Amino acid sequence: MSDLEPVTDRTHGSPVPAAADTGPTPPPARSARSRATERVIGVLALVGTVFTVWLGLWVTPPDRTQGDLVRLVYLHPGVAWVALYLAFGLAAVSSVLYLWPRTRSLFWDRLAAASVEVGVVFNVCTLVSGSIWGKPTWGVWWAWDARLTLTAVLLVLFLGYLALRRIPAEPEVRARRSAFVALFAVLDVPLVHFSVNWWNTLHQGATVLNPGLTLKIHGSMAWTLLLGFVSLTLAFVWMLLVRYRIGVLEDWLDANELDAALAERRSEGAGPGHTVPSEPVGVA
Amino acid sequence: MWHDAALVAGKDLRIEARSRVALSQVAPFGIVALALFAFALGPDRGVLARGAPGLFWVAVLFCTVLAVQRSVSVESADGARDGLRLSGIDPAGLFLGKAAAVGVQLLVLEAILVAGVVVLYGARIQVPWMVGVSCALGTIGLAVTGTLYGALSSGLRMRETLLPFLLLPIVAPVLLAGTRIWQAAMVGGSPGDGTQWLRLLVAFDAVYLAVGVILFGPIQETA
Amino acid sequence: MAPAAPSPSAVSLRDAVALSGRFPLLAGVDLEVAVGETVLVEGPNGAGKTSLLRVCAGLVPLASGRLTVLGLDPVRQRTAVRRRVGLLSHASHLYDDLTVQENVRFAVRAAGGDPARIAPACDRWGLTGRLARTPATKLSAGQRRRVALAVLTARWPEVWLLDEPHAGLDAAARALLDEAVAEASAARVTILIASHESGVVEDLAHRAVTVTGGRVTAGRVLGAPASPDGITRSTDGPGGTVASADAPDGRTGGSDGGTRGSGDGADAPDGRTGGSDGAHVGGRVAHVA
Repeated sequence: MSDLEPVTDRTHGSPVPAAADTGPTPPPARSARSRATERVIGVLALVGTVFTVWLGLWVTPPDRTQGDLVRLVYLHPGVAWVALYLAFGLAAVSSVLYLWPRTRSLFWDRLAAASVEVGVVFNVCTLVSGSIWGKPTWGVWWAWDARLTLTAVLLVLFLGYLALRRIPAEPEVRARRSAFVALFAVLDVPLVHFSVNWWNTLHQGATVLNPGLTLKIHGSMAWTLLLGFVSLTLAFVWMLLVRYRIGVLEDWLDANELDAALAERRSEGAGPGHTVPSEPVGVA
Repeated sequence: MWHDAALVAGKDLRIEARSRVALSQVAPFGIVALALFAFALGPDRGVLARGAPGLFWVAVLFCTVLAVQRSVSVESADGARDGLRLSGIDPAGLFLGKAAAVGVQLLVLEAILVAGVVVLYGARIQVPWMVGVSCALGTIGLAVTGTLYGALSSGLRMRETLLPFLLLPIVAPVLLAGTRIWQAAMVGGSPGDGTQWLRLLVAFDAVYLAVGVILFGPIQETA
Repeated sequence: MAPAAPSPSAVSLRDAVALSGRFPLLAGVDLEVAVGETVLVEGPNGAGKTSLLRVCAGLVPLASGRLTVLGLDPVRQRTAVRRRVGLLSHASHLYDDLTVQENVRFAVRAAGGDPARIAPACDRWGLTGRLARTPATKLSAGQRRRVALAVLTARWPEVWLLDEPHAGLDAAARALLDEAVAEASAARVTILIASHESGVVEDLAHRAVTVTGGRVTAGRVLGAPASPDGITRSTDGPGGTVASADAPDGRTGGSDGGTRGSGDGADAPDGRTGGSDGAHVGGRVAHVA
């Protein structure tokens, strides 16, 4: 992951003003290794997902009770696991690591933001695939059952996080604000989970992760399910890497503007005829 | 910390006593909300009575947003927030003080809304103490989370629209718990129905109180 | 000729950069202020005078560089620093719905000040009678400034950061202000005054620094009475601060940037060469001499 850090030291907190006007720094370099890693993961994810779809749609048998509808099980729990646990968990851990003084680094903030953004995509996929599955099974597009509701609440929390990040601010301020919001959301999720569970439940019991840990699906279906999980996880990782890299580039752009602004500010002392900065000065 | 909390709470409540915003603007808004629900759900008092717990808590949530906005905007005039930071006041005390002030205002609003619900919807409460306790615990949770999010969004230009969007999903457990306890209180069911919800409320309050006391300092410096 | 004893540093900035969003408020400030000094901060509008004071108060964190106030870190030891520093800014930090008296009481008690000093401070600044019971929203700008000054004198912190303190005050209040500053200066309070009213403040200050383009670009000595610790501010400007060679941070070169002997003053308007590199070089030359 460190291969993706920009060349300048801007990721580790305070941007260091350039000692002299060297002009804009070059875009952060990427090692061949990181490029290769990203490509490999992307290809694996794509191949895995295609394979899962093929297996799921044609090779595996339909279920006794649910018929062909059961084929959604190869995708829906997978995206749900990614959205609810992987993306959210990663965002939570990254946010805490950002807030913790010893490990504070903008790397964690960018990782959290990328994770939440990709998580939103997977979350929506969870709700949509769940809805599609629910209509024939339960008769309704939406039901206020515990799992669905929790997923929906999580989606709203994700969106709130992203809305907060869109407000322009210095990277460190934005990172801290977002990290606090993420932390509060994390603390809330268990509470929401319990309340919504006590409130209502008509979801089927967990297919794989139930207390008895007995697999309720067998054979080729189980393998396809596993493949689906793995492929979707890889897809998440690939999207995460790409989104993270975009975040690095965005920050690099901002940092260049900062260098230019510093140079302009200093030149104010150069005597009469200097230009007044057009930005409002935050001195009042 | 407690001294600072009392100082800040006193200051906020004194401002409220002077300006009477909560009493003259937020409370009527709460009643208007109850009326709107009545218009929306039809004149059949049976429906309204059954829905009373939820409608009450939704109205309370709306009032919470307004009360928190007011609490935050008091500090934004004349750079008062900077003044608080400069004074070196204990951030935990500041948090508790502001949350306490919001909480007191919410309790008064809730009392008015309970009366409103009983009168306007014909709700009949069999077990009043459960209503009282749920209101008290729920208010603590709302005031505490509201103060936290208010502080987080205090410096932002888009605060008015962002605060509800951020805050309301977080307090969903309070809404669920409060509604369920009310329902138990109205039906006169055994207290056992409500105790797990009460425990949830206590957990919610404890978590966010702890978070606020510990993190309010860094949060303040972020805005 | 080295002075007798090192004077402890009240405010020490080393290559301080502070940002507001993307805009650099301070672009590399070097400044050393000893305890008991009164320093006039001059400069054109937008140069960074207010930002400098806010940074010293700990309101704005540094993006890079070093800052110590009274030997403490304003970020790590926030509360301790803020309790001992008073900032008089453009805004008066008053609550509209509270009366003058309630505002002063709250502000002093919030800052951990002595409540017994509140009444004398209010009397001193004329905040008595009906004015004391007026809600803050009805006050004029000058009256608000008086209230803020009352809070400051009631608190009596060790470091005063005054941002354009004379603005908006009538003649009587100005006289009171000058009196208060002189009294504080005599009591070894460290005072930084950002002001355009050089004429008035020069009599009160020991030296002046000029801030342009977010940096301290010049310094000169003023004619205030010798500072209480007996160090005379002679024309080898850095002379006073050379003594801080024993300062805990051990670095002597850095302290020279803020002040220059009158000989270096001529370089000031030429911003680039007078930049922080130039300041260090100039300072070190004087040091050797």
